[in-house]
Amino acid sequence: MRLPPVTTKPVVDSEAQLRALLSGLSGVDAVGADARAAKLATRSLKKSTKLIAIDLAISMVDLTTLEGADTPGKVSSLCAKARRPDPLDESVPSAAAVCVYPDLVAHARAALRGSSVKVASVATAFPSGRASLAVKLLDVRDAVSAGADEIDMVIDRGAFLSGRLGLVYDEVVAVKEACGDAHLKVILEAGELVTYDNVRKASWLAMLGGADFIKTSTGKVSVNSTLPTCLVMLEAVRDFAEMTGALVGVKVAGGIRTTKDALRYLVLVNETTGSVWLTPDRFRIGASSLLNDLLMQRVKQRRGVYPRPDEFSAD
Amino acid sequence: MSDLTSSPLGSLEYDPAPESIAVAQLRESYGLFIDGEFTDPAHHESFVTLNPATEQPLANVAQASSDDVDRAVAAARRTYEAVWKKTTGAERAKYLFRIARLIQERSRELAVVETLDNGKAIRESRDIDIPLAAAHFFYYAGWADKLDYAGFGPNPQPLGVAGQIIPWNFPLLMAAWKLAPALAAGNTCVLKPAETTPLSALILAEILQQAELPPGVVNIVTGDGSTGAALVDHPGVDKIAFTGSTDVGRLIQQRVASSHKHLTLELGGKGANIVFEDAPVDEMIEGIIDGIFFNQGHVCCAGSRLLVQESIADEVVRRLIRRVDQLRVGDPLDKNTDVGAINSAAQLDRIKELSGYGEVEGATRYTSSCALPDRGYWFAPTIFTDVSQSHRIAREEIFGPVLSVLTFRTPEEAVAKANNTSYGLACGVWSEKGSRTLWVAERLRAGVIWANTYNRFDPASPFGGVRESGFGREGGRHGLEAYLDV
Repeated sequence: MRLPPVTTKPVVDSEAQLRALLSGLSGVDAVGADARAAKLATRSLKKSTKLIAIDLAISMVDLTTLEGADTPGKVSSLCAKARRPDPLDESVPSAAAVCVYPDLVAHARAALRGSSVKVASVATAFPSGRASLAVKLLDVRDAVSAGADEIDMVIDRGAFLSGRLGLVYDEVVAVKEACGDAHLKVILEAGELVTYDNVRKASWLAMLGGADFIKTSTGKVSVNSTLPTCLVMLEAVRDFAEMTGALVGVKVAGGIRTTKDALRYLVLVNETTGSVWLTPDRFRIGASSLLNDLLMQRVKQRRGVYPRPDEFSAD
Repeated sequence: MSDLTSSPLGSLEYDPAPESIAVAQLRESYGLFIDGEFTDPAHHESFVTLNPATEQPLANVAQASSDDVDRAVAAARRTYEAVWKKTTGAERAKYLFRIARLIQERSRELAVVETLDNGKAIRESRDIDIPLAAAHFFYYAGWADKLDYAGFGPNPQPLGVAGQIIPWNFPLLMAAWKLAPALAAGNTCVLKPAETTPLSALILAEILQQAELPPGVVNIVTGDGSTGAALVDHPGVDKIAFTGSTDVGRLIQQRVASSHKHLTLELGGKGANIVFEDAPVDEMIEGIIDGIFFNQGHVCCAGSRLLVQESIADEVVRRLIRRVDQLRVGDPLDKNTDVGAINSAAQLDRIKELSGYGEVEGATRYTSSCALPDRGYWFAPTIFTDVSQSHRIAREEIFGPVLSVLTFRTPEEAVAKANNTSYGLACGVWSEKGSRTLWVAERLRAGVIWANTYNRFDPASPFGGVRESGFGREGGRHGLEAYLDV
């Protein structure tokens, strides 16, 4: 067995260096990436594997509400759901986090006091990111000071697509600094970057800038997380870990509604980065309706028959 | 980080997910399919076909003698003259469409039978073999009434009776590759399945009955090499199509040489997968793995030689080894199995013998750490590094899950090494630079060249070799030529 080369963190202190690093990354063959993801989607999880995977998925859910109509009441009920997804069954793990807009962080913080569930907040002029850096940083500091454990920032896709990579990088670095102790998830918005080559480049850019997590999408555009996008990002965190020793997490978001979808992502993780990433510390699923489907399938696996949807709280 | 790379799968072990075998209702014994009926062989001889994953018998299958071959050829001739020659293209297309749809309808059953008899993973028989077999019938159904426009002049005529001998690596798919173009072109057929994998062809015989294909249009004679020899030598056959080893192909060509028979041969290979330093690395690793471990390496066009640019060789080998260790080897019926059983004891011996030369000649062997079942025929995926062009493992077709890794420095050297083989079936080129891919592809002597992929098949795309890999094409418009008098 040949060991990987000694780990070194690349130094980025100029835009030229960043450019050289990112353009040195291997390309992604889109047909091949799609085929690999489709092949792994045929894996069949049965019996105890399925039960383990369902519980793992529940523990990885970032229970999310990002609507203009969000209220403290809505957030409170979501927090209760995240703490105890199934009040009738203590063996069901808590969700990983509740994800809200910055102005509702304080409510979530209060509602989750004493639990292991983290408070995550989207910031940096989510979802478009079309604001000045000063405004974005204010947004972040606001959420952090209200008690957010995790900040989900968006990258400036406009800057990325027009080649101003240094600008995107500097924003990530600045937001990371503004986060303080809070964990930083960097949303690539893969649906707007379009190509897998861009997704790979943006993944590395975010990781070099200090991301604790890289995240597929906001859930607010027409194309959100897809299996091959997640695959490309998992390859990036795996390769980054080999190069630097740093383990960066991956969060998928948008359109993941069924247990089947969620388990496919876990298989992807299992067979791309390995089990080291099969923990809520390194893999998250941003979702809302998914949680109840996971609970339903969990009961089905144990009882042998499907429960009625109304056995579970709506949120 | 070595724990990250050496033990990739820790906590999510997959529980067994076996496909149900209830759907495969095998009979205890099968006769010969002649003139639309299953009939007893003249000398009442039979042999047993085994499940190579368990060594358990699956069914008794008739051993056809030269008398039986006579009977089959006579039925094919009679039907050709009396029925099939007069059947319009549109009418022939109707039968081909029916067969295609029936294959789809019975796809689960066919997949299970194929996996039981051959040892290949159910994922592959389910997702590749059976759908592609149906696709071939669909494709050639479309040609049956359009032969005038196939580029062979107006009103091209069939050859007559085609004798078709197929291998054990893709039993149903190879039957489809042979039968579909032959029938579309208006020939009648005598098909000889491989000795170790006759069952899916016999299910296909049932499907032909269901499709109400006129009796005698397709006849299926099971047996060993002597059955094949009787078919090759039969004076009533107008065309021999053979897929199998180069040694047998050579014999067939000699025996057919002094006759009127048309001949196409699809033989062995020692395919080179050429990897340049700018290749898309993750997909390239998958492509190399697929190229050699797909179907246990029992693939004539397998990418059994990896030619990798020296500048990235260590990195590629490191990633390959990590990936090989992830391959799930075992019960072919398990839906999560990647690599199944070796098809026969004889093939296993040959793989062991040839790979044994690798170490003797100084190559470095890496064998997957996977556990192998106690019963059945198994060979763990194996990679040889430090292989030289002169090593036997770089020259001879192993036809098993064994990859030989060689290096090159320049595109010229890559081409020279890739072509330095007596075979010429398939090559792969991996690079993100299109101009280089085209430069290399133009210079490779092989029938099929894949760019940034490997082992991709489509009925519309012609397949076949040059030099000792044979001649003639299967698939596409070109595939019709093998069954038309042009």
